[in-house]
Amino acid sequence: MIVADSDGCGCTGIPGYLPCEECGALRSKEDRGIKIPRQLGRGPSSFIPVEEILQEGVEHSRRQLFLEAFVSTGRVDNIAMVMGLHPEYLASFWKTQYLLLRVDGPLPYHKRHYIAILAAARHQCSYLVGLHVAEFLKVGGNPQWLQGLHCAPQKLRNLNEINKILAHRPWLITKEHIEALLKTGENSWSLAELIQALVLLTHYHSLASFVFGCGINPEADQDGGHTCQPPSPRSCDSSPASEDGVSGSNGKDAMQEVEVLMARMKLLQECQLEEEGVTQEEMETRFELEKTESLLVAPSVDVAEHALPPNVLCFVEDPEFGYKDFTRKGEQAPPTFRAQDYTWEDHGYSLINRLYPDMGQLLDEKFQVVYNLTYNTIAMHSGVDTTMLRRAIWNYIHCVFGIRYDDYDYGEVNQLLERSLKVYIKTVACYPEKATRRMYTHFWRHFKHSEKVHVNLLLLEARMQAALLYALRAITRYMT
Amino acid sequence: MEKMARVTTALGGNTITGRTMFCHLDAPANAISVCRDAAQVVVAGRNIFKIYSIDEDQFVEKLNLRVGRKPSLNFSCADVVWHQMDENLLATAATNGVVVTWNLGKPSRNKQDQLFTEHKRTVNKVCFHPTEVYMLLSGSQDGYMKCFDLRKKDSVSTFSGQSESVRDVQFSIRDYFTFAATFENGNVQLWDIRRPDRYERMFTAHNGPVFCCDWHPEDRGWLATGGRDKMVKVWDMNTNRAKEIYCVQTIASVARVKWRPECKHHIATCSMMVDHNIYVWDVRRPFIPSAMFEEHKDVTTGIVWRHLHDPYFLLSGSKDSTLYQHIFKDASQPIDRANPEGLCYSLFGDLAFAAKESLISSDSNRKPYIGDRRHPIFFKRKMDPTEQFEYISSSSTLSVFETDLESGSMDWFVRTAKQYALAGRPLAELCDHNAKVAKELDRDQVAQTWTMLRIIYSSPGTVPSANLNHSLGKGSTSLPLMNSFNLKDIPPGIGNESRLERSKGESRSENILMDSSSTLINNDENEETEGSDVPADYLLGDVEGDEDELYMMDHENPHAEEQEYILPQEAFPLRHEIVDNPSALDHLQDKADSPHVSGNEAETVSLTPVESFSLISISHSLYENRLPPDFFSPIVRDVLLFYAEQGDVQMAVSVLIVLGDRIRKAIDEQTQEHWYTSYIDLLQRFQLWNVSNEVIKLSTCRAINCLNQASTTLHINCSNCKRPMSNKGWICDRCRQCASMCAVCHHVVKGLFVWCQGCSHGGHLQHIMKWLETSSHCPAGCGHLCEYT
Repeated sequence: MIVADSDGCGCTGIPGYLPCEECGALRSKEDRGIKIPRQLGRGPSSFIPVEEILQEGVEHSRRQLFLEAFVSTGRVDNIAMVMGLHPEYLASFWKTQYLLLRVDGPLPYHKRHYIAILAAARHQCSYLVGLHVAEFLKVGGNPQWLQGLHCAPQKLRNLNEINKILAHRPWLITKEHIEALLKTGENSWSLAELIQALVLLTHYHSLASFVFGCGINPEADQDGGHTCQPPSPRSCDSSPASEDGVSGSNGKDAMQEVEVLMARMKLLQECQLEEEGVTQEEMETRFELEKTESLLVAPSVDVAEHALPPNVLCFVEDPEFGYKDFTRKGEQAPPTFRAQDYTWEDHGYSLINRLYPDMGQLLDEKFQVVYNLTYNTIAMHSGVDTTMLRRAIWNYIHCVFGIRYDDYDYGEVNQLLERSLKVYIKTVACYPEKATRRMYTHFWRHFKHSEKVHVNLLLLEARMQAALLYALRAITRYMT
Repeated sequence: MEKMARVTTALGGNTITGRTMFCHLDAPANAISVCRDAAQVVVAGRNIFKIYSIDEDQFVEKLNLRVGRKPSLNFSCADVVWHQMDENLLATAATNGVVVTWNLGKPSRNKQDQLFTEHKRTVNKVCFHPTEVYMLLSGSQDGYMKCFDLRKKDSVSTFSGQSESVRDVQFSIRDYFTFAATFENGNVQLWDIRRPDRYERMFTAHNGPVFCCDWHPEDRGWLATGGRDKMVKVWDMNTNRAKEIYCVQTIASVARVKWRPECKHHIATCSMMVDHNIYVWDVRRPFIPSAMFEEHKDVTTGIVWRHLHDPYFLLSGSKDSTLYQHIFKDASQPIDRANPEGLCYSLFGDLAFAAKESLISSDSNRKPYIGDRRHPIFFKRKMDPTEQFEYISSSSTLSVFETDLESGSMDWFVRTAKQYALAGRPLAELCDHNAKVAKELDRDQVAQTWTMLRIIYSSPGTVPSANLNHSLGKGSTSLPLMNSFNLKDIPPGIGNESRLERSKGESRSENILMDSSSTLINNDENEETEGSDVPADYLLGDVEGDEDELYMMDHENPHAEEQEYILPQEAFPLRHEIVDNPSALDHLQDKADSPHVSGNEAETVSLTPVESFSLISISHSLYENRLPPDFFSPIVRDVLLFYAEQGDVQMAVSVLIVLGDRIRKAIDEQTQEHWYTSYIDLLQRFQLWNVSNEVIKLSTCRAINCLNQASTTLHINCSNCKRPMSNKGWICDRCRQCASMCAVCHHVVKGLFVWCQGCSHGGHLQHIMKWLETSSHCPAGCGHLCEYT
């Protein structure tokens, strides 16, 4: 039984399994005049009300997963709690991350965590940086390295360039980058090491997207996760997102939105059976249109650049390098990546499985799980085939990164994805640090939180796959 | 040439000739297909769609089908196929899901004939019916297969695989109505073209996507499939359940498979990624390709045999933008480069050695040893004339050497490993203990080494004088051992007798070798003919040549005298006979009397492997105060090296561990690591897991230390339902019961569990023992009179 803390003491660990014995102890200490920090923020996510995530009577499988996570890492982090809304996916995600970080592999453990830090720092994700700094020290990493990238060995510093590219503009990665890392010398990488590093980098870039996209709260033991100040009456009691979600006339609009979406899907489905008139040229232009239109859906409010905490900034070189739109008017656009020419199923998998056995299998499973994940529900409707919607989201994310499917009509994206959703997707995929709660609440207003998390999972995986495909293609080109 | 003639007739006058040749394409190819008359080939890809004619020594571009200023996606082909009945008819599968047919007979520049836009996703494969002109089949990413009649505008029937993407569809060559489809989830389905509602049968062929399949051109029931799991499998479909009859493991995911015409067991494959070569396998010999084409510089995307009845010409297109014609004659044959030698120990220490016949017979001038009980046998298999041309006749010799059970006994090793003490006590005690162990096993030399080590390294203060005396006393009792010392150092005049003695020893060891009976089978084997057992001709002959081989393998001890020290003495210890040799004794005592010499003496002695015990004792008592232990490290190092060289790595490692830091620096890391790994390997072969783990734990090498930090997971099965317990706790997921409860305390037993074989109740070892002290009935109350022994 996972039970939400009724007294708001917010203990981490497995709720229900470690039923906060310490809290009692702590409180008695408090009486003796010792200041006990209090957890800030309720629940794992600041976007999603805690009740959504910690429902009573969590099914057995999910509890099992949390248990496993707790046993092997000593904590169930907030990411896992949120992903727990989709236990099928969490299982797959967990296996992959476990293999990536904690099973024998080409890279030593401390370097893996350091790479994770580098990747997360690129998106200014202090949550992940914090987690992995702790892990890094736990596995015996040299604390000096944590002073910044300049203190790390040259070999890891060399990774900075592709870290930067993969995080923001993966289409720029070329075989020369790979060559530079692999060329024999003192600080050269082996191919197996590099593959693991690449998977780590892409994994943490996209995980950063998830963290921002779902508004993951800091862990209780992290900076910003706790405070010694007494709770102000407002901040503690208000459950996030509960008040500004659906209300009044707004709610009705949202209802309509769902209906409209349903209708469109139906229409498209019927249309497709008899649609003949679209010429190839038109299809082509539709993709271009979607691509260029994605320029316009950049986040409307440029959130004031908040100052980066120095403990994150020190891992970032060239912080100005960010996502730039795939095509800008008047610029020589890099050639579109044709999905059919380098697919994950055929090429990506084969390459990874050769160089980093087991990982290919797990990634493949993970992609498949997320791509096929569905409960056949949309908002309050059930028994809906959501394939089309999911495919639209997936392909839209790939489109943002310049990957085109020959057999997809990009007109569908326009039909199915409303503007606020597009803004959200684009933001979370490309500049996750700019995602706000406002954006989160504004798209799909009548949908369940678990569905919004589902979108985030699609985002995470589609983004990871896109970056991996670019990176693996570069490696393939290097190898031939 | 006989074959060529047949080809000629089959072609109706056209002989296929040509050489290995290639031409550059403008763009990477995705697929190729060949015209019925074997004179033209079509190449299709994302940015290319051309027809080339195959001339005597070059490809000539005949036609570019990609017309129009801005070619649409319909030209972006994933697959292409040329009709085998109508040479004007082609079909392509476009990446955007369109199936296009082309009619070369059209007068206009654009040969596009029909357009089927029924698939929603990329079409992976198109296939014409082998005998029906108008029937076209397509398989697509959307999970559907569609059958088109080219006279109509729409598909005739749609087959739903009820699963993910279709990767390949192939009409059966013999069964008019049957086609096979392969899927991304690893399944293969067989369909009847007349029944679109349901597949006839389905089976799982591969783990992961099945990229391709091909029906055997002659044998109706055979279907070859290739998958991402790097396997090529041949299925016999004649039986009720598809039966896997052959399996070839390749090194990369298999993109295409194509049976070789006229060769029943040959199949050509190319891979999806990483590996650029084309292999032709004999499915019966799945470990080494029978031919290999290595011309391409990027992955091969399409392979096709040039003519239906010609096994010598293979065409291939590749991502490196080239089109090749390969000639079988020019193929490289990996068998040539294979290392045809194998060596293996049997359970009982017998040694089998197989090698090319030529290698063995080259030193046939060696003399056989007398008393040899080996039975030389020649095997000769008849060659199969039909298959003859593709094999280099490979004949090999198999020799089996039996070891004498006595000499091969490794009891001493096991006992030593178990009894040695490596840590936990003062050095002196460890050495004494180990010396005692060695002594008990009649390994005097080893025992002496241990004692010496103790003397060298334990500082005089710590050695109890009694102990010292004892060793001295021991020394005097084993005085005759000096013989072995004499062996090396005394001038011939004095050493005569002992030399004789030693050569006796050698001859004995030879006898042992000769006793070991060995069988030599000369197996002149040509490629196995399938199914039938060809009677083997047994020829008896003498094979003197090979026994030297044996000795090389076994002990490197043929006749050279200087190799005598390489003999592993532990296996058949040279017994030092107690011979009174007063002259030697005098000689020694003389030296011992003069202190200034004996310093040297001590050194020479310890350098000599077969050192004398008593002598060291003496010199030790004289010099103990003057020499720092470091002084001896080079000597000790040499001793260890000597033991390791001899094959007694146990000694080397044990000393290394016992001495620890005292000696570690003197020996380089790599050698140490090498010793450790070989010792650990040996221990594990003898299933001495505990000892091996102790060695790992005690070792100071980083590489060794981390050995037992890998794969530390322990998998547990539930005692009730026998399922693995995935759970981290001690409760089984399935049956929701605690794994094993103690009948006494009713808690889960996490350590040693003891149970009665009569009533199968049990529990903690301690608890049960305690219980049985007071009661003889089962603690569970079942009434059984338990017996725990």
